Amino acid sequence: MTDIVQTIGYIVIAVGVLFDLLGAVGLVRFPDVYNRLQSATKSVTLGTLGIMIGIFIVKGFSPLGIKAIICGVFLLLTAPVSAHALSRGSLRFGAKMWKGTVVDAYGKDKLGGPQIASEEAESEETESKENDDEVA
Amino acid sequence: MSVLSLGIQIVLGIAAFLCLFRIFKGPTIADRMVGVDIMGILFVGITALTGILYDLPYLIDIAIALALISFVATLALAKYLERRTLDD
Repeated sequence: MTDIVQTIGYIVIAVGVLFDLLGAVGLVRFPDVYNRLQSATKSVTLGTLGIMIGIFIVKGFSPLGIKAIICGVFLLLTAPVSAHALSRGSLRFGAKMWKGTVVDAYGKDKLGGPQIASEEAESEETESKENDDEVA
Repeated sequence: MSVLSLGIQIVLGIAAFLCLFRIFKGPTIADRMVGVDIMGILFVGITALTGILYDLPYLIDIAIALALISFVATLALAKYLERRTLDD
């Protein structure tokens, strides 16, 4: 019985680690700041929460398991807040969105125009994208 | 079980190196800050997992403190970013 519970816990940990890896891959592959933030924050938060839940399943109601759950709840509360602060800060900083972006309501209302990259910046971006492909 | 734990550590190391790649490469300073934020969350998981795999139970306390510090650091970085303008 204990073996089964431990195996389930390690499987949950492995799934969380897989989500972490996919979030990091998204951080490398996506084209602009906001897409990277979108991919990486969600996946990595979920993955780390999976690790914490797996630790709780493995260790049960011991001090270690309770601390892991507390750490996971804290991450679940703070990671979206920090991601929102970062995206707002980078929009105010002037980081342009990807050129295929459809709408930017915040920039239109508050910053005097949508913050979408224009077409002349396209050559630069494709160049950097090709570099990305080479490295990957 | 040891094969699984070795695989978990290797995959987490690859993820950390991908974040490091974004921090070095990132075209703007905002990309680097995103990389630092994600790396902080990743290291919380790595620290807690090391505590389980190597039977060091005090590392979970360090993971909680790391989560706190990473959150405050990201908020400070975002505030700094907001006051800066694009100069290049």
